[in-house]
Amino acid sequence: MVAAGADWSRVINFDDYGSLFELARNSLIAGIAVALVAGLLSPFVMTRDLPFAVHGISELSFAGAAGALLLGTSVVLGSIAGSLIAALLVGALGTRARDRNSLVGVLMPFGLGLGVLFLALYEGRAANKFGLLTGQIIAVEDTKMGALLCICGVVAAVMALIWRPLTFASVDPDVAVARGINVRALSIVFMLLLGLTIAAAIQIIGALLVLALLCTPAAAAMQVSASARNITLLSVTFSTVSMGGGILLALGSEVPISPYVTTLSFGIYAVCRVIGIQRTRQGWAARPQPATS
Amino acid sequence: MTLTEAVAPSRVADVSAVLSLRDASLHYGERHLWEHLDLELAPGEFLAVLGPNGAGKTSLLRVVLGLTALTAGHVEIGGLPVSRGNRLVGYVPQHHALSSASGLRPRDLVRLGVDGHRWGPGRTPGARARVDELLAAVGATSYADAPLGLLSGGEQQRVRIAQALATDPRLLLCDEPLLSLDIAHQQGVVALLDARRREHGTAVVMVTHEINPILPVVDRVLFVAPHGVRLGTPGEILTSAVLTELYRTPVEVVRTSSGIAILGLHTLPEH
Repeated sequence: MVAAGADWSRVINFDDYGSLFELARNSLIAGIAVALVAGLLSPFVMTRDLPFAVHGISELSFAGAAGALLLGTSVVLGSIAGSLIAALLVGALGTRARDRNSLVGVLMPFGLGLGVLFLALYEGRAANKFGLLTGQIIAVEDTKMGALLCICGVVAAVMALIWRPLTFASVDPDVAVARGINVRALSIVFMLLLGLTIAAAIQIIGALLVLALLCTPAAAAMQVSASARNITLLSVTFSTVSMGGGILLALGSEVPISPYVTTLSFGIYAVCRVIGIQRTRQGWAARPQPATS
Repeated sequence: MTLTEAVAPSRVADVSAVLSLRDASLHYGERHLWEHLDLELAPGEFLAVLGPNGAGKTSLLRVVLGLTALTAGHVEIGGLPVSRGNRLVGYVPQHHALSSASGLRPRDLVRLGVDGHRWGPGRTPGARARVDELLAAVGATSYADAPLGLLSGGEQQRVRIAQALATDPRLLLCDEPLLSLDIAHQQGVVALLDARRREHGTAVVMVTHEINPILPVVDRVLFVAPHGVRLGTPGEILTSAVLTELYRTPVEVVRTSSGIAILGLHTLPEH
């Protein structure tokens, strides 16, 4: 790689790729697991109108992680604690979109401020500090990987269990209530799963960039498909490609993985958006002929 | 949509009331929405619920759905107390414009009616065929896979009705299904509901502001007004004398060849 002007070899560099890959194996496994689950939740984040709530929860999760760093306890546990408290508050108090948005607007700066305070008091490695906000450079140790895989497993299992009623409650709440579904309880359960996923995602790409995994993939998928199943499949594919690709591209560089993940994620969205615009222009609704079978 | 010949109610084997309200009252704190309401709905009967906004029409549907408890009195579906999620009751909610980005096709919405309440990842045997059958029954097959948000209001209502029929209910509750539809689509939806109740004996309770599109098919009218509730045939209820009493303000009902016009209500705050 020839560097001219700015030293681009610091951004894209494939020297010693083999040995670096060994180092990044854990990050890749954990990252893909988180991306799979995030891609699964992303369509619900969109239909339930939660992108802003995701951002708010991630800032409180960051505060929890920073607090744990300061106290010298598990960052993952601190992050989960912050996430779950925020998710419960938003889920229980913010049932209507307007209440929820103002609640998140109130919680977010408070969480971020707490996090900044904890980090200012912390005297350890600086990389630990910024990693929480903007993502890790590399290296997820074995215990952390285990914790992340556990979280992802739990979230995926509960999602499989509640998938249909949650879909019903998300896209068609009036009829779901009439059919006896406990929409409010499902909403709280989903917020808790979202909190867990955010806590896991922060460990990889940082609190500020979580939306690239929880909002962008489904937003992109919805541009190109109208079928619930295809949107989910595309969303999971997009988030996994962004995360996996981002980690692989970031390996040889000195930059955290986040910009690679967010750029890939945004690129996918941009392409889908263009496809979506063309489809609308050609008449999205060009109705399929009456079914033959 | 072809209308079949009217069938006599006696053809339906089960003659017990589909829905029965006895001396039913609903209060919200100091506000008395309606009191001492008695209603026995026979299989296949078409009931229109009329009245100004805020008088308790939608609350009546919520009571029948088991979502709101009566302050006093009894309400039963097929002889049993109401309960949430009763499969004997189908519900067509008030029309909300569905976003084209909702990630839903008509097929998906109807599918939710079939097995959307079920937990776990397992497949529901026969669900696909059932969805096709329901879509065909309302004439929605040709747009079953188009984005829901891009359908016309009338097409969305047909899909809603297909969804509500998923459990093969004996009672269909429709909250303002004709709102924001043009006359042709209003007639299409009414004809669909009329055919359903004649062919399957499904009783229909429709909350509506528009009496004229349903006048040819409606059996009885329940008028829920600020000063009382009245039940009877359209001819008995939609008269100047009765409505003037219910509103306690002069109301004039004018009958023309094209339908009924209710005059004087624009002076009421609710309208």
